[in-house]
Amino acid sequence: MNGDAVLELTGLDALIAALIARGYRVIGPRVQDGAIVLDELQHAADLPVGVKDEQSPGRYRLAPRSDNAHFGYVVGPHAYKRVFHVPVETLFRVRRDGRGFEVTETPVDARPVALFGARACDVAATTVQDRVLAEGAHPDPRYVARRKDAFVVAVACNEPGATCFCASMNTGPRPADGFDLSLTELLPEPGVPHRFYVEVGTERGRAVLDEVAHALPSDEDRRRARALADAAVASMDKHLETRHLRDLLIDNPEHPRWRAVAERCITCTSCTLVCPTCFCSSMDDVTSLEGEAERVRRWDSCFTRSYSYMHGGPARPSVEARYRHWLTHKLAGWIDQFGSSGCVGCGRCITWCPAGIDLTEEVAAIRADVKAARGASKEA
Amino acid sequence: MSNGPSLGVFKFASCDGCQLSLLDCEDEILAVAKAVRIANFPEASRAVVEGPYDVALVEGSVTTAHDLQRLLRVRQESRVLVTIGACATAGGIQALRNAADVAEYTRVVYAHPEYINTLERSTPIAEHVKVDYELRGCPVNKRQLLDVLLALLHGRKPDIHPHPVCVECKMAGTTCVLVANGTPCLGPVTHAGCGALCPSYARGCFGCYGPAEDARVGALAGPLAASGAKPDELVRLYSTFNVAAPAFQEGQRLAREGGASK
Repeated sequence: MNGDAVLELTGLDALIAALIARGYRVIGPRVQDGAIVLDELQHAADLPVGVKDEQSPGRYRLAPRSDNAHFGYVVGPHAYKRVFHVPVETLFRVRRDGRGFEVTETPVDARPVALFGARACDVAATTVQDRVLAEGAHPDPRYVARRKDAFVVAVACNEPGATCFCASMNTGPRPADGFDLSLTELLPEPGVPHRFYVEVGTERGRAVLDEVAHALPSDEDRRRARALADAAVASMDKHLETRHLRDLLIDNPEHPRWRAVAERCITCTSCTLVCPTCFCSSMDDVTSLEGEAERVRRWDSCFTRSYSYMHGGPARPSVEARYRHWLTHKLAGWIDQFGSSGCVGCGRCITWCPAGIDLTEEVAAIRADVKAARGASKEA
Repeated sequence: MSNGPSLGVFKFASCDGCQLSLLDCEDEILAVAKAVRIANFPEASRAVVEGPYDVALVEGSVTTAHDLQRLLRVRQESRVLVTIGACATAGGIQALRNAADVAEYTRVVYAHPEYINTLERSTPIAEHVKVDYELRGCPVNKRQLLDVLLALLHGRKPDIHPHPVCVECKMAGTTCVLVANGTPCLGPVTHAGCGALCPSYARGCFGCYGPAEDARVGALAGPLAASGAKPDELVRLYSTFNVAAPAFQEGQRLAREGGASK
C-alpha cells in the first residue's frame, strides 16, 4: 500500500472530475429501472445517494435510506464483465475479393475506463476473469485491450446484503488488492462531517488523488474504517464452507441433491449471465445481401440445451447435468483450470434466480449428507 | 427480374402481420427483391408465378379443410418451407377455440353461422407437413426474417436461438422485472428472438414467441405464484398467441391447479 488519506464528501465529485479529465470513461453504480446498475457517471450526484437495496433469494427491491450514504447498497444485476467481456461484439468482417476472401478485424473501443465504487467481490471477479481471458495460453486480445489500462476506485461494503458471502470466499467485504484507490465511507458523526477514508493501492492512484483536495486521516478515521470492515464481516449471515469443497463436488456427481435442485431450476440462464466470472460465449456467423460476412461473439450459458449441442444432440440434455456442470465447474473444476475458485461470493446468482436457488444451501446440503453418511459408515 | 431462388409467401388463418414484416424491411427490401425472385406474394405484387418455389414462407394456421389441401400443395411445390409467426408455429390466438365449442362460438359471432365451414381446432403447420425452419413471434422479428432469407441464399444455417428471453434481457442489461418488481413474466420459458422487447419497457414478457427449448413451466409456476398474480391472471398470461403450444397448455393447467390448491 502507498499510504492513506481522507476525502471530504465534495472530494468524491472532484475525484470523478479528475478521472474524466484524464480521459477515463467513469463507470459506476446508478439507479435505473428499479435496480442499481452500472453506467457512465459524470458527477457524484449520479450515484444512488440515500438508496439501499434489499436482496433475498429471487427477490430484489430498492428502498430509501434514512441517511445520505453514497454507497449504502451492494452489487446489482450488472457486473464489470459487461465492460470488458462485452455481451455482443463483431470480431471480424469477411469480404469476397474475386480470388478468395479478405478478413478485416473490427476495431476495439479501448477508451480507458475507471471503475468507480467497485466492490471487493467485483474487483476480485475481474482478477478471476483476467486469469481466464487475459493470462491463459490464448489471451483474448479484445478483452485485454479494454481491460489493460482500467483504473479502479474500489469501495468497502459497510453493510453486506442478505445474499452476500464474500467473507467465505476471502474476497471482501473490504478490498484487499486490485485497486488504485479504495474508499471506506464514513457517515457523519457529531463534530465529524461525512467523509471517505482512502487507501492508495498504486502510484497511479496516488497521482490521481494528488489532483483532488484531501487530508491526512486521523487515527480515529483509520479506527472507524477498520471497525466498519470488522462489523461488516460479523454481520454477514450467509456462508459457504470452502474446506475440501473441490473434492466434495468432484466426488459426488451422483448425489440425489443434484436432481432435487434440477427440479427447481428453470434453466433461464440468469445465474450465469449475472455472474461476474462466467465467461461462456458462442459465435454467430451473419451474412449480408452483398455477400459480406461477419463473425459475432455473444454471451451464452451452459444452462441452455443448445450451448452444448453437437452433432447428434446436446452433451448435457438433463437439467441435472447442467446445474451440476455449472456449480462443479465454478467451485471445483475452476481451481484445477485457473488456480482459484470461480466464485467470489457476490450473491448475484442467488438474488437474480427467479426460483431463488441458493448455491450455498445446495453445497451445504451435499456436505451435511456426505458427512452424515461418513459418520454412519464409521459407526458400522 | 432476379435469377435468384424463387420465393413464395402463403397465407393461412392469420392477420397478415408477419408477411408484412417482410415489406417492413424498408432499407433492405429492394436488395432482397434483387437477390430472390418473388414469385408469389399477393401482399406485394399481383404478378403470380406458378411453382415450384425454392423457399416458401408460410403464415397462419390451418382452420379449414380447404386450408389443409392448399397446404399440402404448397409443401409439394416448395424446396424449403419456413413457417412464420405464432399462428403458423402454434395455431395462433384462434386456437383459443380448441378448448371450446366451435359451433357455439360461430353462433355467437356470425349472423349467418350456416355459411361458416371451419374445423374444430386451429392447428400449426408442422402438425400437417414437414417444416424446415420455424420463426416464432407475434409478429415475427423482421431482422430474423431477413436473416433466414440471407442464410438460405448463402447456404448457411439461420441463427435462430431457442434459448429463453432471459438471455436477451441480460445481454441488453435490462433489469429482471420478475425479481426486481414482482411482475409476472414468461421470459424464463419463452423462446428468444424479440430482443426482450417487453421487459425493456418494464413489462412482463407475455410469451408471444411461444415455448423456449426447455420451457420449464413447472419450475416457473412457484415464482409466478409468488409474484402475487392470481391463478386466472396466470391462466390468461399463458393463453394468448401460443395458447395451444403444449408447454403453455401445461402452464395453464398448473396455474389452475395453483388456484385450486389455494
